[in-house]
Amino acid sequence: MIKKVRQHINQNEPLLFENSSPGKRGYQLPPLDVPSVDTAAALGASNIRAEIEGFPEVSEVEAIRHFTRLSTHNYAIDLGLYPLGSCTMKYNPRVNEQVARIEGLAWAHPYQPESLSQGILEVMGTLEKILAEITGMDEVTLQPAAGAHGEFTGILLIRALLQSQGNARKKLLIPDSAHGTNPATATMAGYKVENIKSNERGMVDVESLARAVDEDVAALMITNPNTLGVFEENITRIAEILHSKGALVYMDGANMNALVGVARPGDFGVDVMHLNLHKTFSTPHGGGGPGSGPVAVKKHLIPFLPKPRLERVGERWTWNYDRPQSVGRVRAFYGNIGMHVRALAYIMAHGGDGLRNATLDAVLNANYIRALIEPYYDLPHKAPTMHECVFSDERQTKRGVHTGDIAKRLIDYGFHPYTVSFPLIVHGAMMIEPTETESKAELDLFVDALISIAAEIDTDPELVLKAPHHTRTSRVDEVTAARKPIVRWKGVTEPRP
Amino acid sequence: MLSAIGVTSLEDLFSHLPAEVRLNRPLAIDAGKSEYEIVDYFRARGDENANGFASFLGAGVYHHYRPVLVDTVVSRGEFLTSYTPYQAEISQGTLTTIFEFQTMICQLTGMEVANASMYDGSTAVPEAAMMAMRVTGRDRILVSRTVHPEYREVLLTYAQHQGMPVAEFGYLKDAGTLDTADLESKIDSGTAAVIIQSPNFFGIVEDVRHAAEIAHKHGALLIFVFAEAVSLGLLEPPRDADIVAGELQSFAISPVYGGPFAGIIATKEKFMRQIPGRLVGETKDTRGNRAFCLTLATREQHIRREKATSNICTNQALIALMATVFMTVYGKEGLRELAQQNLSKAHYLAGKLPLRFSGPFFNEFVASTNGRTPDQINQTLLGKQIIGGLPLERYYPELKNTMLLCATEMSRREKLDTVAEVFAK
Ligand SMILES: Cc1ncc(COP(=O)(O)O)c(C=O)c1O
Repeated sequence: MIKKVRQHINQNEPLLFENSSPGKRGYQLPPLDVPSVDTAAALGASNIRAEIEGFPEVSEVEAIRHFTRLSTHNYAIDLGLYPLGSCTMKYNPRVNEQVARIEGLAWAHPYQPESLSQGILEVMGTLEKILAEITGMDEVTLQPAAGAHGEFTGILLIRALLQSQGNARKKLLIPDSAHGTNPATATMAGYKVENIKSNERGMVDVESLARAVDEDVAALMITNPNTLGVFEENITRIAEILHSKGALVYMDGANMNALVGVARPGDFGVDVMHLNLHKTFSTPHGGGGPGSGPVAVKKHLIPFLPKPRLERVGERWTWNYDRPQSVGRVRAFYGNIGMHVRALAYIMAHGGDGLRNATLDAVLNANYIRALIEPYYDLPHKAPTMHECVFSDERQTKRGVHTGDIAKRLIDYGFHPYTVSFPLIVHGAMMIEPTETESKAELDLFVDALISIAAEIDTDPELVLKAPHHTRTSRVDEVTAARKPIVRWKGVTEPRP
Repeated sequence: MLSAIGVTSLEDLFSHLPAEVRLNRPLAIDAGKSEYEIVDYFRARGDENANGFASFLGAGVYHHYRPVLVDTVVSRGEFLTSYTPYQAEISQGTLTTIFEFQTMICQLTGMEVANASMYDGSTAVPEAAMMAMRVTGRDRILVSRTVHPEYREVLLTYAQHQGMPVAEFGYLKDAGTLDTADLESKIDSGTAAVIIQSPNFFGIVEDVRHAAEIAHKHGALLIFVFAEAVSLGLLEPPRDADIVAGELQSFAISPVYGGPFAGIIATKEKFMRQIPGRLVGETKDTRGNRAFCLTLATREQHIRREKATSNICTNQALIALMATVFMTVYGKEGLRELAQQNLSKAHYLAGKLPLRFSGPFFNEFVASTNGRTPDQINQTLLGKQIIGGLPLERYYPELKNTMLLCATEMSRREKLDTVAEVFAK
């Protein structure tokens, strides 16, 4: 039975361009208090455009209705459980949004004098120090803009260190369970990728890893807990193997929500890692970003960190540009500072104990779901679950129903689906990460939904194959979208509703 | 819940972690604080920064008014707290706004395809360069010295390990525009792309058509970079460019000490399959209604892994939505009027100062500080609650005793006059 939702009216909405009428406007500018300049004289007539062809022309009310109506076509954490595995969709506290808009912080220009920027620098310096404590690493850079950008930065650091020793080496070892950004990053940093097979427990196989590590290997890129939600129990031994051959260990810290306050990568052999503030530290995903991907390093990598480096000199914070061994800048200015403010607010609200409790609750919630769902769905890897669990659609496939179909049917039950078909090593993966945010009541509804869907697949697979049924948009034809791509509005107006 | 799992304590859930990896002490982080204390802490930090100053800094980050609607829209939890729109059926809100964003970026730039956003303008530049490498099968990049210095630094960081040699070409000493003779002398059949910015770092409008002609004559692509998006309200779009890489901070995005902002890459349809990042496309649902979804994912890391066009995954969606609302509120007439106001304010101030360059400029220009150092002038201005311009010597050793000043619609006449007075003294 579907308990969580019933249908309600929501509005259709044309595209802005279809709603435009010439001359409508939603803005006001103050009268110009200086003489108006003749644009053609100032810029040259050939440099002036006639108009911005096709640009919207709507009133303020039309604008707000447009975006408000569209917003009701979205699912969001604010509406309920969002169990996308690997994405850590936890509640985004609103106080974080408010403090990020405090005028002295939000309107700070990156080139304003340091003497007038001490407040924001204090926020960044404090966050760096706390992230070092949480990860057990020695220093942190906040410059990278997202997880993948952090990976890129971290691998550049490894390359720079090895290069300074005379040989940057040729390849990175990456487990087959890794996220796609890991191998893509390797290429961008000029390394070849060698895939490492996981064993039947879902972990890196120590013996085959040992065989793969040679003088050409620059580093292992490992995710821990890995994308199966399994802690790599041999991590210390793995790090020793890499280090004994002069190679390094990079950790993708996307799954730190399983470790904060419980275990620290710096204590188990990791040389460099990134964090996703937009996962573990609650900054909102905003429909796909912005994120922030701080990189934490051990001592030997400090000289290579991106410049400028934030430093404390006496009683003042200052930027140090004189870093001759730095890999350079990975972006303009200093990072996605607005996300740093939010992450620090989250950390302050929790405190050390609260952060650890969040970890315990996140792991508890994932284990609870695993225990209740295991009788109904195939769990290919039986190793202990940390913050997420990965089921397979193996049983349901026999009825012609796949992970993607089950995901769509979950929508009818009022839930955002889990992550579909990742990691690639699991047949029809159903990757579920509830986070600490959810109450038992919400988890129970979710579990009931998955159990009910399992029963539907036995009795009426068509119902699941054609889902979702209750959404304003039914199943979307992604194949045609890719075959004949239309990626901008070209002026063909649909009949108005 | 514990009994359902079959354990007796929360700690049991971690008993499989080897003893040597466990943290056996509490984190050295202060105890949790109340909402009130947190707001108080950040207010105090805000107070330690510049407050109540008028600012004439630009250089890639601009003070433009943020219409109230922008925060109203992006504060809606349905936009703020949703993930990347993988599940199209319950993400049409985000998908539709991205489709509108892509369309408006095309209208603004004269391109045919725009992606859903990049991290920022600076990282869009190397991504565009790598795209040009894939398109042309060549590897050399020529970048103008009038491109934002920090963008060029980022380009070098990315280029180092791509087998992508980057060389710079100069600007005309008096005009502050591209030295096309220098460009002609350096471009050859190995050049994948020529990168220019307009308005350039000095605020000066470049001759895009001429640069494109030179690039195309040698089979290279022209990459057009913009850092001040408001300029496109007035300036001819870079139709002759092959790839446009830009920064949208000017569109209602607070300066926030340098980020988060939103970058874009736009291009011609024929290069669509080489574009990095996410793209939203139009399609239909099974009932025949128009619908949108992420598309052409075979370019991206989660499908192509080490062969992907880029490693980018999370982009800057909510910031792109801010820009979308901004473009909607200002619209066709408003963006033009806004650009005109910026032009007028900057020219009013420039008319009272000694200019270093003679080229046509939009809302930024380089002034000479004749006889005094930029720091001396800036110190005097600070005493009058004004943050002055950016001294250029650090980025351009040859531009000693100059500063880059920016005026926008938010610069009030009395402050413009104060700056002029301080310069005149
Ligand atoms: C395991 C893992 N690694 C890396 C990433 C990439 O992070 P981002 O999307 O912030 O670039 C993600 C998330 O998307 C992830 O889940």
